Amino acid sequence: MTNLKKMWIAIGILVILSPLGIILPKLFNAEGAWGEWGLDKIGKLAGFVPEGMKRIRERWKAPLSDYGLPGQSGALGGQSIGYVVSAIIGVAFVAGMMYLLTKLLVRKKNK
Amino acid sequence: MHIPDGYLGPATYGTMYAITVPFWAIAAHKLNKTLKTRQVPYLSLGAAFSFVIMMFNLPIVGGTTGHATGATLIAILLGPWAAMIAVSVALIIQALLFGDGGITALGANCFNMGVIGGLAGYGIYRLIAVGSDIKSARRWIAAAVAAYISLNLSALVTGIEIGIQPMLEKTPAGQPLYSPFPLSVAVPAMVLEHLVVFGFAEALVTALVVKYFQKSDPSMLGA
Repeated sequence: MTNLKKMWIAIGILVILSPLGIILPKLFNAEGAWGEWGLDKIGKLAGFVPEGMKRIRERWKAPLSDYGLPGQSGALGGQSIGYVVSAIIGVAFVAGMMYLLTKLLVRKKNK
Repeated sequence: MHIPDGYLGPATYGTMYAITVPFWAIAAHKLNKTLKTRQVPYLSLGAAFSFVIMMFNLPIVGGTTGHATGATLIAILLGPWAAMIAVSVALIIQALLFGDGGITALGANCFNMGVIGGLAGYGIYRLIAVGSDIKSARRWIAAAVAAYISLNLSALVTGIEIGIQPMLEKTPAGQPLYSPFPLSVAVPAMVLEHLVVFGFAEALVTALVVKYFQKSDPSMLGA
């Protein structure tokens, strides 16, 4: 098996293991990344919600917001499934976009 | 480290786009000139790796979470310009599809993680590894140190961008319009967690994969 193939299998394993990225924080009572809070939490932390922030914070509605499926169960099991599906979709989009960019960018072939 | 929409005011996010776009242009030009044919399939792999490794949120007990980015690893294997593009592609998809990091903040986020991660990671790795044998321990140690320092530089710059907001844009009454946390809060918060935990995650991942390539395909590690 080529190294490249092995590496893609490794990506597949990471995709399957990705729910660790939500399970571990829950297990250790970690609240999420610093400075990536929603408007509610900002209001609590700062005592007010800044005007400009209010205008643009939640303007873009991402289709799979927070790596979850629309209407998924709030339980950790449901979240984990949403997370894996998001990882699969994300890896496909990222690899696909990178592949198209490469086609555009790397025209001359270097040995 | 993904700055959401609304944290940076237009002065900052506009400036960061203006800084990052030329880096993308240079990177595109450099890739066309320097990337080897056999490296091309690894670009998609690298971008996919960066995307998925960022989903592994590591907790600080009772505190915040953070993650590795893969930027230094991609820079070591494919060069800093490839790292810049691959990490940026991951960040663009994360922002558009998953709402992870803002659209207005994409210039800043791609600069912080992609441009700094790629350039600093590559530069520090070369500095330490220069002249060493491809299979030497110095190579993977260089990879670990470069990954640790570059992620912390990314965190520092992120903290500065967030921390200068209260000074830049305010309401007539003097209330911050965007992120309300001053430099004295944002910089220590961003830097400490990366110094103590997440920098080591980046170092570990980078060193492990470099070690794997030392054994299985040393030619990927170049001269």
